[in-house]
Amino acid sequence: MPDTEAARPNLDCRAVTMALLARAECEELSRPLEVFWPDLAFTMVRAPETGLVMLRGRMGGDGAPFNLGEATVTRAVVELQTGERGYAQRLGRDISGVKKAAIIEALAQRDADRPLVERNVLVPIRQRLAEEASRKRAETAATRVDFFTLVRAEG
Amino acid sequence: MYVAVKGGERAIANAHRLLEHERRGDRSVPEIGTAQIEQQLSLAVDRVMSEGSLYDRALAALAIKQARGDLIEAIFLIRAYRTTLPRFGFSVPLDTAAMAIRRRISSTYKDLPGGQVLGPTFDYTHRLLDFALAAEGEPEAPATAPVDTELRFPRVTDLIAEDDLIERNPPADPAGPVGDLTREPLAFPAERDLRLQNLARGDEGFLLALGYSTQRGYGRNHPFVGEIRMGEVEVEFEIPELGITVSLGAVTLTECQMVNQFKGSLTEPAKFTRGYGLSFGHCERRAMSMSLVDRALRADELGEERTSPAQDEEFVLSHSDNIQATGFVEHLKLPHYVDFQAELALLRQMRREHEARQNTYPEAAE
Repeated sequence: MPDTEAARPNLDCRAVTMALLARAECEELSRPLEVFWPDLAFTMVRAPETGLVMLRGRMGGDGAPFNLGEATVTRAVVELQTGERGYAQRLGRDISGVKKAAIIEALAQRDADRPLVERNVLVPIRQRLAEEASRKRAETAATRVDFFTLVRAEG
Repeated sequence: MYVAVKGGERAIANAHRLLEHERRGDRSVPEIGTAQIEQQLSLAVDRVMSEGSLYDRALAALAIKQARGDLIEAIFLIRAYRTTLPRFGFSVPLDTAAMAIRRRISSTYKDLPGGQVLGPTFDYTHRLLDFALAAEGEPEAPATAPVDTELRFPRVTDLIAEDDLIERNPPADPAGPVGDLTREPLAFPAERDLRLQNLARGDEGFLLALGYSTQRGYGRNHPFVGEIRMGEVEVEFEIPELGITVSLGAVTLTECQMVNQFKGSLTEPAKFTRGYGLSFGHCERRAMSMSLVDRALRADELGEERTSPAQDEEFVLSHSDNIQATGFVEHLKLPHYVDFQAELALLRQMRREHEARQNTYPEAAE
């Protein structure tokens, strides 16, 4: 099952795609699939399954690791009829979400589909995440304390 | 003698049916939804995730609803659920330095890079009941301010470490295993990795009381809050087939870096020491308490005399888990009919023997 060495240069790029798909909302995956790839042929290599990942912290933030606690994670692997294998994994228990994300991850490996995926799936997710992050940063910034020194009488 | 007894099935079934009815409450009042719990009782959700030791907001909200708001019962449900899932593996250690900060305060430096950012806090509220909440109404939208994209939030402990005034954190041993309580039963003495895992899922009330006890002199270690930070941290996990690590999304964490009084020796100049707290969600009281207790439990390592409960790792780690605790306390209400009959028989025999002695030596009682 390991992908060939020739595929390696793409892996960083695929990791970025997978990270975005892991944050996608249901609609952000299902709509583009319905509109652009309505009759896609694929098989499940690994059916979506939910399990646990133990999250590790570090002593003092940057020291030796310890086990903080687990999180639910759901993952799936699909294969398109054209041979591309798509991987998806995300926090939570969204079975249908990881299946769709895996399909899109596979589509993104096809030269012909890559621009479509980029434009219709990844760009909207990236935009939403950027908007949410900047809204949160602005709300947080409003709670930053500006200290001022009271005028002290000399004498 | 062991006596098998049957019966009570109907009573139990009806009791559970009645429980469901009571959980629902007055049916003329709208039913609470799990999404409402997740959104509006979010700190209860955070506590259930922390002590249930499972990060899943929707599951925690469901557990709170099912448990009628009894958080320990909800934690019990979560702990039971997690045993039904396979474990995929371990995350890359979370990088709290790269947190998307929503709150960050320090009580050791007023002016520090990134500044004091209060975020959503109960601090400085007057703790007056807000009767307006009893009626419906939307709160104001949050204020916003321009964002300085260059702003960084270095750890306060790193600032202290620049002058070599604080002990270094123990480095990771790439070959060393990381202790895991969910796989191996706790044994003593426990290493700090196991202690931190135990405290991270420990009962907040228990940790709070122990942390408080250190402040009141039972294992005093002169703490300062170097920093508390809360926000989102990415979880990275590998895909072994591809040999890459990929972000799974982000979790909310609260971290507390407690800076404590000195440790030095003839050869080493004195330095501040550290206590560390890390929690799922926004659980500041828990992270602070954890860091106080973590520091107290380092007594042996730091050459301090162990005199107080918070420094006694066997006492602390054996009693911190509220599911173990509630299991053993609450089992007392289950049928102990045979045990009790045995005790009754024993007591009656003792009484008979006592009476016999009285009759044999009547003058002894006079």
